[in-house]
Amino acid sequence: MIGEALDKRAKSKSPLSGVKVASFCWMAAGPLTARYLGMWGATVVRIESHTRPDLVRLQGPYRNGEPGVDNNAWFPTVNSSCYSASINIQTPKGKELAWKLIRWADVVASSFSPGQMEKWGLGYEEVRKVNPEVIYYRSSQLGASGPNKTRAGSGYEAAAMAGFTHISGWPDRGPVPYTGAYTDFISPRFGAAAILAALAYRRRTGKGQEIDESQAESASYLLAPVIMDYFANGRIYERQGNALPYASPHAFFPCKGDDCWCAIAVFSDTHWKDLCRIMGNPEWSRKEQYRNLLGRKQWEDEIYDLVAQWTRIRTAEEVESLLTASGIPASVVESTSYLMENDSHLKSRGFFRNIKHSVIGDHINRGPAFKFSRSEDCQFSGPALGEHNEYVFKELLGMTDEEMAEGIKEGGITTNADLPPMKGAF
Amino acid sequence: MNLSNDSGALSPYRVLDLTEGALALCGKLLADLGADVIKVEKPGGDTSRTIGPFYQDIPHSEKSLFWWAYNVNKRGITLDIETSDGQEILKKLVRTSDFLIESFPPGYLDALGLGFGSLASINPSIIVASITPYGQAGPKANNPWCDLTAWASCGAAYITGDIDRPPLCMGFIPQISAQAASELMTAILIAHYERELSNEGQHIDLSIQESGIGVLQATVEMWDLAKLDYKRSGDRWITTSGAARRLAFKCKDGYGILLQGGGGSVRMVRASQSLVEWMSECDMAPNWLKNFDWANEYDADTLSQETIDRVETCIEGFLLTRTKQEIYKEGWDRGIMIAPVKTMEDIASDEQLIARGFWQKIEHPELEASVTYCGPFVKMSETPLTSRRRPPLIGEHNLEIYAEEMQIPKETLAILKSSGAI
Repeated sequence: MIGEALDKRAKSKSPLSGVKVASFCWMAAGPLTARYLGMWGATVVRIESHTRPDLVRLQGPYRNGEPGVDNNAWFPTVNSSCYSASINIQTPKGKELAWKLIRWADVVASSFSPGQMEKWGLGYEEVRKVNPEVIYYRSSQLGASGPNKTRAGSGYEAAAMAGFTHISGWPDRGPVPYTGAYTDFISPRFGAAAILAALAYRRRTGKGQEIDESQAESASYLLAPVIMDYFANGRIYERQGNALPYASPHAFFPCKGDDCWCAIAVFSDTHWKDLCRIMGNPEWSRKEQYRNLLGRKQWEDEIYDLVAQWTRIRTAEEVESLLTASGIPASVVESTSYLMENDSHLKSRGFFRNIKHSVIGDHINRGPAFKFSRSEDCQFSGPALGEHNEYVFKELLGMTDEEMAEGIKEGGITTNADLPPMKGAF
Repeated sequence: MNLSNDSGALSPYRVLDLTEGALALCGKLLADLGADVIKVEKPGGDTSRTIGPFYQDIPHSEKSLFWWAYNVNKRGITLDIETSDGQEILKKLVRTSDFLIESFPPGYLDALGLGFGSLASINPSIIVASITPYGQAGPKANNPWCDLTAWASCGAAYITGDIDRPPLCMGFIPQISAQAASELMTAILIAHYERELSNEGQHIDLSIQESGIGVLQATVEMWDLAKLDYKRSGDRWITTSGAARRLAFKCKDGYGILLQGGGGSVRMVRASQSLVEWMSECDMAPNWLKNFDWANEYDADTLSQETIDRVETCIEGFLLTRTKQEIYKEGWDRGIMIAPVKTMEDIASDEQLIARGFWQKIEHPELEASVTYCGPFVKMSETPLTSRRRPPLIGEHNLEIYAEEMQIPKETLAILKSSGAI
């Protein structure tokens, strides 16, 4: 069985092998948090239901363009390295199974809006009664306390609430939100660390605890200096395109080809002199007012157009290699296809991996962004819905075939027959 | 294992932090979890102390809000690790430390005899975490970089912005490097969990470029399965059918973010119906919209641009008559997936953040003032995160650490100071 083989492998070299996680997470932020644990060896069981599939399953791209809960690649990415058990918590039998997993687990994780787990009788107070050492992690848009605790929402709204949206875009236009639910990708970096810190503490003291992450709060650390600027100086930070107060030029320049660009950042007068030299010291570059940062800031737009005349007739790769060879920060603005097909650096590091998914087959996955000198990850594909029912109920929970059959009969274990008609969500 | 105080999850552990700029965020977060984090600066202080904004707009290396944000809760020493005296002191510190975090160009510490191998021979259980733009090895490993190039190299810039203008990074950077620094914290604690069983340290190699790729929504998968190269589309998200849905809507006094949808999401169908009800109550919903079938006509798999445009035109008109506060209160109370686009001013007065005690004032005695910082990044019931100290002044803890804890004689310290090692 696939699960067994993987568990053996995990036990050999994966740093978190032996850690057991019952994941009541859904959408992106919660599963991406649990993904760290699974990818590095923990046994993560994702509890989901055919009766109300995760919205990430209702989203393209689909294999061959055919919509289907198990036929897309985004779900396996977000849920990489976890097992799927299909349980309908709304039924008494399903609740019983959820409790079995809660008793089994070291970590219970949830990303439903606060109140939902309590509604199911699975709140921290109930859970700790049967599993006193549990680490109970919950992640939500605005946190599990405070006047707005029950508000549910996605990382698009959380990014707006945390200040990212307002400051992004061009000064003469409205905000341009990040392309994606920003805080869904940021908050897991904080949440996973908190769970691991709690595990370290539990190992020392035997004590579990509750962790409450507000996705808007943890992500706001990425805006800390400008938030402090408001408190200390009353300044309200506004949109400014790609400008940075202490570098100029600091922009994406057009290059040869269709929609090709190169990032260039000039932080010092030396960078500027080198850039001028590389461009062949054109007449305009000798202008006195361009020599220092203040002048270059003042004439930023004019300089952009002049430098662009030089970049436009060169490929982005050529600009990048000429500039970086002289110590000037520069990079091709990589499209997704460029990242995956043309970036020889990423290829040399083996970042993208081909992993087999039980329904869509081999497909490209993102590996971890960090490597260890001794430990290895044990990434495997995110699951099809209910793919690991046998493994979870029989191997992990020790149930018999008869008990499983009863679970299905009583609606506690859901199957494909319980799926609503397929309709896309995003 | 330095402190007897065990109130924080990581209280027994010591971290040497040799990172610069926003990469210093990792150490700050570990300090919040209780670790004793010692920021090691070069004599004269970090270069990122010169980055604004500054407290009361006074440009001064002891007043950088940028530096404070990423270094609060740490202790600070100065040390020139390019001198042999400095290297000896660092090695001594490594003996009593559990983690060392660094962001030098790959090979720099090796050249000084301070690479992972040398440090592990001094302290076999040390975890050395390196964070660099492209990782420790590979053709671009030593390329010069900054956050703007990180936006470019991880694919985030290409898909962000308006199509008639150049790509965009977020309006305040560093972002990609700061989020990578927070990811490094997770990597460090994974290695730590393993170390508690094996007693062996290891080297962590985190690539900021790769960390940034983790922030891309489904664009990698779109290329993988559909050979679709996602293009920037302003404030719109390209849905499964290929049609574009608007996210940002102008309102009376600013903007709102609205997740309008339906199809297979029961929650979004309800949210959209609630929005239409609200519009109807204000006499701003046309009849066809009142009877709109959100589950079937707004199925993201088959949704047409024409349908989206028709719906959005009505919503645009309606939201123009609402304020951010109405969106925040009434919009959300009605179950609509909507949020005000908050400015820093709105955030500072946000009732939820205030109620949760997210803003924490820390005394800066030498300024005779307290400064407001972001508070705990998570709430932990047994081991609450604490703000224990303001950011260190340059070399503030030299005496405390060198003389008191390491027992270096004061006469020796005087020599080291004049030689420029500390």
